[in-house]
Amino acid sequence: MHEAAHIEVRDLTMAYGEFVIQRDLNFVVSKGDIFVIMGGSGCGKTTVMRAMIGLQRPAKGAVFYGGEDFWSVEHEEQERLKRRLGIMFQGGALWSSMTLGENIALPLKEYTALSSRQRAEIVSFKLALVGLAGFEEFYPSELSGGMKKRAGLARAMALDPDILVIDEPSSGLDPPTARRLDDLILELRDSLETTIVVISHDLASILAIGTNSIFLDAETHTMINTGKPKEAVASGDPKVRHFLTRGAE
Amino acid sequence: MVRNSNERQWQLDTRRIGDDLLEVSCGGRWRQDQDLPAAGVILPELGDGLRLSFNTAQLSAWDTGFLAFLRALFALCAERGVSIDQEGLPKGVRHLLAMAAAVPEQKAARRSSTQQSMLFQVGAATVAFFRGAPEMLRFLGEITLSFGRLFRGRARFRLSDLWWEIEEVGPRALGIVSVISFLVGLILAYLGADQLRLVGAQIFIADLVAIGMVREVGALMTGIIIAGRTGAAFAAQLGTMQVNEEIDAFKTLGVSPVDFLVLPRMLALMLMVPLLTLYAGFVGMLAGLLVSATIFDIGMFEYYIETLRALELKHFLVGLSKGSVYGAMVAYAGCLRGMQCGRSAESVGEAATSAVVTGILLITISASLMTIIFYRLGI
Ligand SMILES: Nc1ncnc2c1ncn2[C@@H]1O[C@H](COP(=O)(O)OP(=O)(O)OP(=O)(O)O)[C@@H](O)[C@H]1O
Ligand SMILES: [Mg+2]
Repeated sequence: MHEAAHIEVRDLTMAYGEFVIQRDLNFVVSKGDIFVIMGGSGCGKTTVMRAMIGLQRPAKGAVFYGGEDFWSVEHEEQERLKRRLGIMFQGGALWSSMTLGENIALPLKEYTALSSRQRAEIVSFKLALVGLAGFEEFYPSELSGGMKKRAGLARAMALDPDILVIDEPSSGLDPPTARRLDDLILELRDSLETTIVVISHDLASILAIGTNSIFLDAETHTMINTGKPKEAVASGDPKVRHFLTRGAE
Repeated sequence: MVRNSNERQWQLDTRRIGDDLLEVSCGGRWRQDQDLPAAGVILPELGDGLRLSFNTAQLSAWDTGFLAFLRALFALCAERGVSIDQEGLPKGVRHLLAMAAAVPEQKAARRSSTQQSMLFQVGAATVAFFRGAPEMLRFLGEITLSFGRLFRGRARFRLSDLWWEIEEVGPRALGIVSVISFLVGLILAYLGADQLRLVGAQIFIADLVAIGMVREVGALMTGIIIAGRTGAAFAAQLGTMQVNEEIDAFKTLGVSPVDFLVLPRMLALMLMVPLLTLYAGFVGMLAGLLVSATIFDIGMFEYYIETLRALELKHFLVGLSKGSVYGAMVAYAGCLRGMQCGRSAESVGEAATSAVVTGILLITISASLMTIIFYRLGI
């Protein structure tokens, strides 16, 4: 077992019924990594993420958090492990009956003893970090797709989790906003020592922030490359190069 | 051989050149607003080892209609071992065809949709129903645990959500419940009047309407109205939350979606449906009173006294308990179907439909069971 391994995925196979989405995945996310899961649309990135965050039981294989096998420990232990994670879902997944402020305050209410004034301050700070200062009283239905995602990220960061799992942060964002989000991710890693798992198609962002990566292939239904995204451009598999050069090679 | 639809429309012509070359000439207008030929018309002329070339010098206009024809033709050629020379096709056509062929079809993506026999479908539906039973029981178990946490003061949901649901399912349903109960009361009164006149005991309309409405019909009608109105809404709300991954977000946070979403909805219906049932009973009796007084010449006061005499406390208790059971059934069916919802927009629609069907089915089953039980108990 890797010393600094935060998350280790071993022989993971994900399937819907008979239909295997991805098989035999093996990778390690170390502390302080910005780990990128790449791959074409529909190749199974979100499905793999669902196994890692405890939402969908793998058909085979295991996900270890600091050496503990998530899918075979007791329910209470699973809950404790989940509390170390902050998750931003692909569409934001904001709770529609609550305002943005209430969305971000709920995790704080559940797991901290903060006063309501402190909570309000934290909420307003997190919203400001994602560029949504002052939107506390808005309902999710009153936001654009990109704004929902950013608010989802603010909620994922609410409890300052050890590990932040982000499903496609920049799709649907304009380039400067996407860039700001990258800077935020780097900053979270550097100042709060957050380990980050990002699912992404955004080349600029993958190359700018990724410290390690895997590439999931839709045709062979398994991973065909691991390593630094920058190196993958130069050396990796032709399919990976094809992806990373927008099909120019 | 020349085929064409008419002067200004498409023309299709094939010509053998030598032993192994077939030239296909496409001319005129090939657009999807016309009745274009199927690729199969060339089928008889395709043979192994043949080469196909195109002549489109006479082609005046084309769109996806032409592309679809060619794509089907290429598929036939591939089956028959015919090679294709695309030189003669316009450049745009070649490029678009190449793009459509660039990403091969995913094998698993296409589902076989063969038509099954009626008997097979009935069998499959039956099997599916019984397969669903464990899941229904499991959800029931989860709700029970959640109620356990509620009584120990540990269930986590927002009181504001409960109030919102209560307002939504109670006061806002008063309109429809009033209309339906009034009409049902009126029907009962007419029905009773007709039969009781034969024995000259029309005053007993009051008994019939009072006991009927308070004990059975009030609860039943309210249950069915609520199944259509609120059960469907619950399923659609929870289903949409499932689609938006909101439920997943609760789970990853370690907050039970049953506590947070299902419990307030269950409570709201279990509290409000009995009250609506009582209300329905009174509206029905009012209808009976008006019909009897205006049409059948029974004095209002007599009707009132007769009603008081007929109504015993036990009838209210029976009606109220039926109301809360129906409320629980509707809430259970709505929440179950909502939580089972898949992750697409159409599954939300299916969830809503299925919630109404399940709700009414559960109401009917529990109504019969309770009628038998109350009869046995002599209540
Ligand atoms: N509930 C389901 N039942 C069956 N198949 C599913 C289900 N959900 C997803 N799939 C299939 O799983 C595959 C992977 O889906 P997934 O959402 O993980 O892709 P993705 O890599 O996240 O794509 P994107 O980049 O577009 O978000 C798809 O081919 C999809 O058809
Ligand atoms: Mg995805």
